[in-house]
Amino acid sequence: MANNILEMHSITKTFPGVKALSDVNFKVEEGEIHCLIGENGAGKSTLMKVLSGVYPYGEYEGDIVYQGKVQQFNKISDSVEVGIAIIYQELALFPDLSVYENIYIGNEVKKGSVINWNQTIVKAKAMLNKVNLKVNPEVLIKDLGVGKQQLVEIAKALSKDVKLLILDEPTAALNEDDSENLLELIKQLKKQGISCIMISHKLKEVVAIADKATVLRDGQTICTLDANKGEINERTIIKHMVGREINDIYPKRPEKKIGDTVLELVNWSAYDSQLGRDVVKEASLTLRKGEIIGLAGLMGSGRTELALSIFGNPKNYKLRGDLALNGQPRKFKHTSEAIKAGIAYVTEDRKGNGLFLLQNITNNVSAAKLSGISNNGIINDNEEIKVAEYYKESLHIKASSIEQHVGKLSGGNQQKVSLGKWLFVGPNILILDEPTRGIDVGAKFEIYSVMNKLIEQGLSIIMISSELGEVLGMSDRVYVMAEGRIKGELAAAEADQEKIMELATQ
Amino acid sequence: MKIINEAIDLVKENIRDYGMYIALFIIMFTFNLMTNGMFMSSRNISNLLDSAGYIAVLAVGMTLVIVIRHIDLSVGYVAGFLGAIAAMLLMQQGLPVYIVIPIILVLGLVVGLFNGFLIAQLGIPAFVASLAGMLIFRGALLQVTEGTGTIIVQNASFNALGNGFIPSLAQISERHLLTLIVGLIGIIFYFYGEFKTRHDKKKYNFEVVSNSIFVLKLVFVSAIIGYITWILAGYNGFSWTVVIVLLVTMVYHFISNRTVLGRQIYAVGSNPEAAHLSGINVKKITYLVMASMSMLATLSGILYTARLQSATTTAGMLFELDAIAAAYVGGVSSAGGVGKVTGAIIGAIVMASLTNGMNLLGVGISYQYMIRGGVLAGAVIFDVITRKKGK
Ligand SMILES: Nc1ncnc2c1ncn2[C@@H]1O[C@H](COP(=O)(O)OP(=O)(O)OP(=O)(O)O)[C@@H](O)[C@H]1O
Ligand SMILES: [Mg+2]
Repeated sequence: MANNILEMHSITKTFPGVKALSDVNFKVEEGEIHCLIGENGAGKSTLMKVLSGVYPYGEYEGDIVYQGKVQQFNKISDSVEVGIAIIYQELALFPDLSVYENIYIGNEVKKGSVINWNQTIVKAKAMLNKVNLKVNPEVLIKDLGVGKQQLVEIAKALSKDVKLLILDEPTAALNEDDSENLLELIKQLKKQGISCIMISHKLKEVVAIADKATVLRDGQTICTLDANKGEINERTIIKHMVGREINDIYPKRPEKKIGDTVLELVNWSAYDSQLGRDVVKEASLTLRKGEIIGLAGLMGSGRTELALSIFGNPKNYKLRGDLALNGQPRKFKHTSEAIKAGIAYVTEDRKGNGLFLLQNITNNVSAAKLSGISNNGIINDNEEIKVAEYYKESLHIKASSIEQHVGKLSGGNQQKVSLGKWLFVGPNILILDEPTRGIDVGAKFEIYSVMNKLIEQGLSIIMISSELGEVLGMSDRVYVMAEGRIKGELAAAEADQEKIMELATQ
Repeated sequence: MKIINEAIDLVKENIRDYGMYIALFIIMFTFNLMTNGMFMSSRNISNLLDSAGYIAVLAVGMTLVIVIRHIDLSVGYVAGFLGAIAAMLLMQQGLPVYIVIPIILVLGLVVGLFNGFLIAQLGIPAFVASLAGMLIFRGALLQVTEGTGTIIVQNASFNALGNGFIPSLAQISERHLLTLIVGLIGIIFYFYGEFKTRHDKKKYNFEVVSNSIFVLKLVFVSAIIGYITWILAGYNGFSWTVVIVLLVTMVYHFISNRTVLGRQIYAVGSNPEAAHLSGINVKKITYLVMASMSMLATLSGILYTARLQSATTTAGMLFELDAIAAAYVGGVSSAGGVGKVTGAIIGAIVMASLTNGMNLLGVGISYQYMIRGGVLAGAVIFDVITRKKGK
């Protein structure tokens, strides 16, 4: 019988007002890749935080048996010491420090109490080799793409002699190429005897990589599936995750009533004076009423910059070219003017610049349209509560109440709050930047359904997405961007993965 | 028993909000015991509140400044300098009070807009910008008082702002009548507000606290308002300082809790970038908050000058630190987006009570500083711990 490196017995963890985990059992065999899956708010991140000592011994009930011994971690460094490393949903690197400093931070290469920097760099190079990352260890983290940053995180974990590596949605922010790289790396590590727990909402990856998969739902273990028994396929996983069968990932499109052009860009360029270059170059695009256009491309291809330059230009780019709304040339001096003109932008980085994490759901939902809950500048609290309750219901936001601080919601539910905030604005043009990043299949389906409903009501949507499946499944037309330029436009009927990737990597 | 449980739950859930009130209660109660009732005597309470006034108005403004993640170190000398200007206009130019005060307040506004320009427009860190302001106004204060030395203010209506009391109309059984009436009106307004809120909540079918808790709260709060009014009525009644502080508190409380502007201020403090993307004009908010701060600093300067009946060369020294301390004791957070105006007032009263009580007990000045420092640290520790546990 194979050895279990980890057994978690009857883990229960409660927060004020929510039981995040109840009686969860979870076992990982030595040297396997074990995926942890479940809907948003199912408790996956919480279980991993219990395991790694973020929630110390005593704050949860149940036992953690690791390498045959019952462990009582009082702090994160206790779990690190026995070889458990966790890479969080949100990256925890220092952007202004170099790669090598990041790898060895908290674990410095020292002689006495003096750091040996040369030695550090040498060792860091070795670690970078292990993760197949060819960068100079002296470059700053902020100058690397997200994919490479992710690899640095893993190098950092490896530097601590890790035996059990935990990855919380590692590929959520990665494009397909980077994701594949990462999965390849995880398989390599497995050959070296490192066990791995991976949380992911991308079921394709789970199918490709998992030896086992444990499904959580509402804080409970539903089952553990085994690849050797042929149990790991998308249908089975989805069935266990949501408790019912979902046949189509993308809901049926309503009958299309595409109308006149609502937004038109002609030779639109945006110059970023901090970077000293054009981040958007001579882009031309049209968006019609009742239409979803997909904006595909690699990370850093200028899609977010394009969206920001339309949405009131908060980054103060120098803009050239023409923007017309409903045929009228427009210039927005501030985001508030764009919002007034009926444009809404749901950011890709919901924690960084999308939400007010220390405020409750209520205040977040109303933040972009305070006029909708006030009279002559005076807030009507009750109206506001009603609005928040409405979006909590209609978007199925899982929270103990609308009073809950948004920072304490699970990732997917934060995304829904963000969406609710912008729907409340009542826009004509909705720009969604990576709308389903980190969202479970059930919720994705819900968000797609909401999008379709909005289209039916005559909205127009620009969807920026790195998930090709979603771009193909939802868009009427696809624009592909690379290096700030729109490289091509594809109609839904002619678009496929190869054509998009070809344009994106031109 | 159900009421008691519900009450305990309510306090536990809102321990951050109630913590300060409980602390203030304990401090006052303890001092009162130790001074054999002298602390809560009419005369002392009246004196205590007056001495807290000019810091309290600063603390209100400072709370909002800290909420939007800035700081204003210049407020002390702005208060000192503009207080001196007020004294000069009154005494040397012979202008009447009702002209001097608006002029001074507008000057304060201009100073604040300039701070806003440095911080919002040029992006200079508030700490540095206001440190520069502090030095400049310190110099300016010395400059204007250099020739004259201390400027004595001989203007009864101006000095009344710091020392005077509202007229009594009549005394009933040794109590100040108008004060009692004002207190009563206060209680009536409080009742009205609470009943209206509850009624509205019910109209929307939202959850409300049980009837008995509601009544308990009404009785409790009106008893406190009543008690304080009663005490003050036993001496000279409400002072003009207290009236001004109450007005400032009400206006700022209303703005920060009930208006779009207030929401925008807290949104900017919570996450400036998200606020910008939500269509909120972050620069405008910064201007407004800095301008309001300097205007309150001016008001503080007026109160202080009136209280001393003179403008001195050292007026305003260390006010900024007292105001910052009061704001932090009142629960503001330097991480931004958190902090209440009412908290700042309580914070100012807590700090003033400590000074006042320790003076009554004859505690040496060296120990006084240490104890006040300890209380400040304790308040912030309490805040940090309870925040971790919150919702
Ligand atoms: N610090 C906290 N305080 C209160 N509730 C919390 C806290 N952290 C998590 N929760 C709640 O616990 C539940 C589980 O959250 P968790 O983050 O583990 O979900 P998840 O499975 O990782 O979801 P996602 O896929 O969206 O990341 C959610 O209902 C969440 O709101
Ligand atoms: Mg999670």
